[in-house]
Amino acid sequence: MSRMLKVAAAATAAMLALAACGGNSDDKSSNSSSSGGGTSAADVTAALSKGGSITVWAWDGTIKDVAAGFEKKYPNVKVNLVNAGTGDKQYTALQNVVAAGKGVPDVAQIEYFAVLQFALSKSLANISSFGAADLKSNYTPGPWNAVTPNGGVYGLPLDSGPMAMFYNKEVFDKYKITVPTTWAEYVDAARKLHKANAKAYLTADSGDAGFTTSMIWQAGGKPYTVDGTNVGINFTSDAGSQKFATAWQPMITEKLLAPIAPWTDQWFKALGDGTIASLVTGAWMPGNLSSNAAAASGKWRVAPMPQWDAGGTATAENGGSSLGVMDKAANKALAYAFVKYASAEEGKDIRIKAGAFPSTTADLSSQTFLDTPFPYFGGQKANEIFAKSAQNVVPGWTYLPFQVYANSIFNDTVGKAYVSSTTLADGLKAWQEQSAKYGGEQGFTVK
Amino acid sequence: MATTQAAAPLGVRRRRRSWKGWQFVGPFMVVFALVFLAPIAYSIYLSLYKNRLIGGNSFVGLDNYQQALHDSVFWAAFGRVALFLAVQVPIMLVLALMVALAIDSGRLHGKAFFRVTIFLPYAVPAVVATLMWGFMYGSQFGLVGNINDALHTSLPDPLGSHLMLTSIGNIVTWEFVGYNMLIFYSALRVVPTSLYESAEIDGAGQFRIIRAIKLPAIRGALAIATIFSVIGSFQLFNEPAILRPLAKNVLTTGYTPNMYAYSLSFAGQQYNYAATVAIIMGVITMVIAYVVQLRGAREI
Repeated sequence: MSRMLKVAAAATAAMLALAACGGNSDDKSSNSSSSGGGTSAADVTAALSKGGSITVWAWDGTIKDVAAGFEKKYPNVKVNLVNAGTGDKQYTALQNVVAAGKGVPDVAQIEYFAVLQFALSKSLANISSFGAADLKSNYTPGPWNAVTPNGGVYGLPLDSGPMAMFYNKEVFDKYKITVPTTWAEYVDAARKLHKANAKAYLTADSGDAGFTTSMIWQAGGKPYTVDGTNVGINFTSDAGSQKFATAWQPMITEKLLAPIAPWTDQWFKALGDGTIASLVTGAWMPGNLSSNAAAASGKWRVAPMPQWDAGGTATAENGGSSLGVMDKAANKALAYAFVKYASAEEGKDIRIKAGAFPSTTADLSSQTFLDTPFPYFGGQKANEIFAKSAQNVVPGWTYLPFQVYANSIFNDTVGKAYVSSTTLADGLKAWQEQSAKYGGEQGFTVK
Repeated sequence: MATTQAAAPLGVRRRRRSWKGWQFVGPFMVVFALVFLAPIAYSIYLSLYKNRLIGGNSFVGLDNYQQALHDSVFWAAFGRVALFLAVQVPIMLVLALMVALAIDSGRLHGKAFFRVTIFLPYAVPAVVATLMWGFMYGSQFGLVGNINDALHTSLPDPLGSHLMLTSIGNIVTWEFVGYNMLIFYSALRVVPTSLYESAEIDGAGQFRIIRAIKLPAIRGALAIATIFSVIGSFQLFNEPAILRPLAKNVLTTGYTPNMYAYSLSFAGQQYNYAATVAIIMGVITMVIAYVVQLRGAREI
């Protein structure tokens, strides 16, 4: 119920914001140097000793401890942490305050898929002059590429989501299902499990843009191409996209997917009681499982992501966020100091200790990190699998510069495949068309 | 009629009284202009522009209106709420009327109890009510799921594409029967009881009294309730928006005109087009509400 309440609260808040919104961001091109705090690395040090207060919008639970640590280290600084909603809900609110020009936070959590959009609309500040560009070698390539579109630096990686398969070993053992290593085996396992127990499903999927794009990513697909304002959207003749559409279609047609919407209370309950026996998602998942599906603690395990080709090692990223400095931030130098603290300094260690999955190469290869046992996974050293997955992410993926909107219409288009006779391939085609239409309306040259 | 009668004396008085009347209506007019006229004017202004991610803001005249008139998503949403209006509103109003007549008949034991119980759902905030119903509709772990488990039935999914509109109609009916009942009941209370007595002396039965006295007496209230319901149906938003996380594939971003305007402006940053959709919907609602009012007034 809590998630639905959150949604409801967000909807209500948005309704209220409806009245406030409207300022059409005519001043989008506002000069970034007009706000205080300076723009060089020296200014950051000065800002820290001078102190002040910054507002941070983030939904990640570990940021609270980071803020406390930051305030302890720099007693002059006060951090106002605001949870303005998760993902899309926060972006909606963020776009509203940017348009209104009032109440803009100094720092905001932005998922990788949305960085390009916020960078392009000049909502995020380019922080390279603060010295952010020098931090490149700290991070794995995937997250770093995501925060550095068009030659700027529009945030620092907070975490990453190299994908892996989480599965309920107890259920697998009970129905004698071997851990699938390819997607073909995965679909077979889904058939076997559902046949053995009509109430059990291998996984739940009711149409999720992030999952779909990650699956296409892993399959080597490149449906999106972005070159400045020239955008290409092509699912229909993209080999990876079609591979996914063909392989995943039987899961829908044969009703092998649990009819439970993800991220609802029902979903967590089903993950906890064995109704849903596996989940392919990002490495940030363990914390969610242990806190929301605690009933199954010790029963779950982690395995590498199933492959498109037997013996392969390819993976993709799913989710993961950055912390960015807003262009309208009152004190950018101080805001940057916080971002750096959370992403590259002590704040990062606080987050890893709290269960976050890092995007920093040093931590991913540190022995203590790799040897950490997960009680939820029966003591398994799951980080070994996640770290390996992080190394094998297929390069070259890019999201659209209007991915937030594209994702919002995913269920209108591809979602049809889950509730009607439309196929996934047709759904992807409709998604492509409507995304292209929007892109054209927004002034992009869409091919 | 009324205007021609009042015109002459008003003209004479206006010169003498000068600003006195404005002092009384002034505060209202300021608030009215601020919270009603200004937003409408601003929406109309917005609807004449187009703001793009690339290229910025530009004046486009009536392009947005032209686009909306040919927008299949918008008209599908409109058709959906029109169907909702045609089916749900009559059911709700007839139920409300029956309850109001039953309570007013004076033959019911525990009249106050019924009145409060039936009104109670209206006191539950729409958000809470929808969350509650959403939970009951759940075919896996909700009430529907429990019934299926207990009785080994397989009830159709209330949140599936076939039943969704019905399920939403059920929630709205549950919420608003009590509210409309109260409107009807209060209208019935002002009918002088002497009319009933004389009708009874003339030998009229209860149903005759309802038809000949009660219904004509509350025609105004019926018209008002209908107008409220027309507006409510066209503005349908809360219930589908809150149920959406449970059935995203069925409740599309353009399920109702209001949801469409909402997602256009908040997910797509298309404030201009959203304003256009809102204005068109507002005009349609006004026209239909006006027609209902005219009909109601004529028959009195």
